This record gives sequence, structure tokens and C-alpha cells, in this order.
Amino acid sequence: MSMGEKCRADFPILRRIVHGHPLVFLDSAASSQKPVAVIEAIQRYYETNHANVHRSIHTLGEEATERYEAARDAVRAFIGAASRDEIIFTRGTTEGINLVAQAVGRTLGPGDEIIVTEMEHHSNLIPWQMACRDHGAVLRAIPVIGEGHLDLDAFGRLLSERTKVVALAHVSNVLGTINPVAQVVEQAHRVGALVLVDAAQSVPHLPVDVAAIGADFFAFSGHKMLGPTGIGVLYGRRAVLERLEPAWGGGEMIKEVWIDHAQWNDLPWRFEPGTPPIAEAIGLHAAVEYLGKLGMSPVAAHEQALTAAALEALAPIPGVTLYGPRNPEMKGAVVAFNVEGLHPHDGAALLDQHGIAVRAGHHCAQPLMKRLGIVGTLRASFSVYNTAEDVQRLAEAVAALRGEL
Amino acid sequence: MALYSNVIRDRFRRPRFRGTLERPDVAGEDVNPLCGDRVRIQGRLENGRLTEARWSGDCCAISAASADLLLEMMQGQPASLARELTTASLLERLDSDIRPSRMKCVALPLSVLQGALKMEATR
Repeated sequence: MSMGEKCRADFPILRRIVHGHPLVFLDSAASSQKPVAVIEAIQRYYETNHANVHRSIHTLGEEATERYEAARDAVRAFIGAASRDEIIFTRGTTEGINLVAQAVGRTLGPGDEIIVTEMEHHSNLIPWQMACRDHGAVLRAIPVIGEGHLDLDAFGRLLSERTKVVALAHVSNVLGTINPVAQVVEQAHRVGALVLVDAAQSVPHLPVDVAAIGADFFAFSGHKMLGPTGIGVLYGRRAVLERLEPAWGGGEMIKEVWIDHAQWNDLPWRFEPGTPPIAEAIGLHAAVEYLGKLGMSPVAAHEQALTAAALEALAPIPGVTLYGPRNPEMKGAVVAFNVEGLHPHDGAALLDQHGIAVRAGHHCAQPLMKRLGIVGTLRASFSVYNTAEDVQRLAEAVAALRGEL
Repeated sequence: MALYSNVIRDRFRRPRFRGTLERPDVAGEDVNPLCGDRVRIQGRLENGRLTEARWSGDCCAISAASADLLLEMMQGQPASLARELTTASLLERLDSDIRPSRMKCVALPLSVLQGALKMEATR
């Protein structure tokens, strides 16, 4: 039995019937579904342990704190971070990137430069545009070339002593391209620039070892990796976090407060003002355990096989254009495509009539769409619970699309 | 009610008012934030009447049908009629099961036309 067939039973939502058809869920890159283990962990927590974390001198408060902090340890181990102090809980990838853009932004001045790429999700572009606007820095972008790869020669030319930050996606949410982040880190560190990796599409699908890659920051979301919404993780290299001022103020991020000043708390709480998403962290812990049991290498192999099958099944369909690398070994579990004469939103609406959920549109990557000269694409994306049959049903429905409108 | 009625299919396949005008009297364009689609409308006015109008843009079947029906409804009519039209008037003619997520696709051509005619957009 394949991983997909085994996992399906753990995801109650996959029993849904949509427009008279069993659901084929191919939109996990936007948000994955949740296994029973995650749903039950959250319910159990609210039924037995909930109270506010930290400084609660009572049993429930201590239990909640213990479980919240245990989630941090689980995430640390899952991504290979050296210390729990490097794991900051956020609301999601977007908040993690904004945190870094604000905290690092304050250290920028006129003439400094930030390098992004043409394939970034808006969440790893707009915060940097805002930081540049606020601090007089200049934004530069690594072009996308060929089937959807970064122009690393151009990156070499963009990189200089003026570069303070390089921010890039580990895996493109549209093209699926797996970017050579370790190489980018090595080059960027040579000029003293910090590197932020948008890991929203990598941590849920590939083995990721943050220490081995060496980037200063990794941001990712719980809800794309079988966990709940409202929780994300910002990994920050300890040496870098220690010299950054907190992005935001509030309770919990302080040690001692006077009316006109305060002393910051230790890492990681210095970057976690306010009551954190406790139940969500506990749900994420269950998700990390679920993925850990499957093993991220088998997960990556399973999803790569589905990606390969989808590329093979879609490519020969008349009128279908595929975007991104054609070699499944060079991409994550997303396949973007268009059907000639059909707007992606019409395509997605018609596929939905067959019970097939795909994403359609610009995927929050408008500069990439402009680069490709299109308004948007359809996008099928895979997770642990998808099967070869899902790919087959997609291909059959796509083949029939042009006759439907 | 079908997701895409015969009205939408027909207008999408064979639009009557798709195209551009040379030296139009009025013109407008806007973007659908849902998808980034751009709809442009150009028109000629004579004595306050919209004597000729064309729409253009790479857009979905719903926006295309909505734009085409809108310009048909406005053909030869006083420009002031555009002020009285609402999304509901278009929905009635589209005869389809339009989901809330696609309502902007219906509304966009109307707001573009109203903008071109310097009117405030209705809903």
C-alpha cells in the first residue's frame, strides 16, 4: 500500500463528497488537511489543560506551559536547529518574515540593499518593500530564467558589500523550483549579508536541516504541514537573534519594566509578545510527530512520485502548458499549468464540479506572473494523503476541460 | 442552476462587443483583485447616448459574459442608464450559479463602465 493510501484514513475530511464526487484535494500548498492526531491533540488540550502559559502559578497553567514549550522542542528537533532559543512561534510564515523585516529593517540605512527573487510569494516581497521604503534601502531581484530557475550569475553580480539581506523561497509555490539555498547562503555570508529562507513550501515536504543549510532565518507555517492555522515558526540563528531588537512589544517579552524603559526577556520569548497560540502550538507538535513517524525522506519520495506522474499525465493533453522545471527531482510537490483558451478561475470552477480542488490565479506571485506573461495558472499540489488515483482523476478531468466551456 | 449557463458559454465563445475603438470619447479600466484580470471599456457618446462600446482584456468567462451583456444592454442607451444598473441586473441575465467568490467577476465590467462615464460605482 502506498503512503497516500495508508495516510488517507487518518484525514477525516477526505471522506467528503463534493458535487457528488469523492473529494480529490490537490490544494495542500495553500493549506493542508489535518490528521485525527492533530484535531484530537487540540481538543484534548482544551478539555484538560488550557490556561495561559508562563507565570501561571497553578496546575493548569503549568501544564499548558509545559506542553507549549514541548512543542518548541519538537519543532527544534524536526528542523535540526541547535537550540530551542532559536525557535520563535509566530502566527505563520508571513508574520515571521514581517518580524525579521522590521527587526532587521531598523538596522538598515540609505544605500543598503536587499535582494529578493522574481519568484517570491508576496509575503516575502512586500515586507521588504516596506523596509526599503522606511529606511531608504534599495530592493533588487534575482531574475528567473529558463524553466524557472534563479539566475545565479546575476545574483553574483547583484551581491555586494551594500547587500544586507538576501530573502528567497526555498521552494517556489508556483514553479516548484527547489532553490540552491545553501549556495546562496555561502555567497551572501561572504559579503556579510543575512539570509532569510521562506520555507513555507519546503519544511512540509522535504527533509530540511536548518543548521546544515546555514541560513540566518527560516520562516514556515503550521497549517501547510498538517498542523492548525494561526501558528508558524521563525527559526533564527542564535548569534543573529541576540543582537536584534525585538520587532514588537508587549507582555511576556520583557524581564523588568519601568515606566520609561524595559529590559528584554531572554530568547526566544523576547520575540513572542502577548499570549501565544498555545493550542495551535500543541496541534503543530502533533503534526510534527505525525510527519516524523512517516519520515521526511519517504514523504519527499512519495510526493515526488506523484509530481512525476502528474507532469507525465498532463504534458500530452492538447492545449496544456506546464510551468516550472520538468524534472520532478528538481521541484517540490506543485504542478502549475494552464489550459489554452481557459481562464484559470474557470478551469478551477469546472474541476470543482468534479470534486477536484485545485488552486487558480496568481498564487500571490504577481511579479512571477508578469515575468511569465500570464494572468495566472491552475496549480495542483500534493501531500502525504494524495494517491496515484488522485493524479489520474485530475488528468482525466483536465483532458475534458476544453469541451466544458 | 448551472455553474456556467448557456448564456455565459455563448458570450464567452462568441462575444459581440469585444474589441477596441479608435479615438473613444470615454474609456476606463480596472483590475479584479481576486485574479489580477484587467477589463477595459471604451465608448463613443452622441447627445448623451452610448452609440458604440467595446470591451477588452484577458478575463474569465464570467467577466467576459458580464462585459458583453452589459455593453449590449447599454447599446444606444442614454449614458445615465449605467447609473441605474446593478450587479443584480447582470446576474439576472447571466442565469448562472455565481458563487460569492466570483461576484467581483460579474461586477467589474459595470464598475469600469461607470468609472469611464465618471459615475460612482453601484453594487
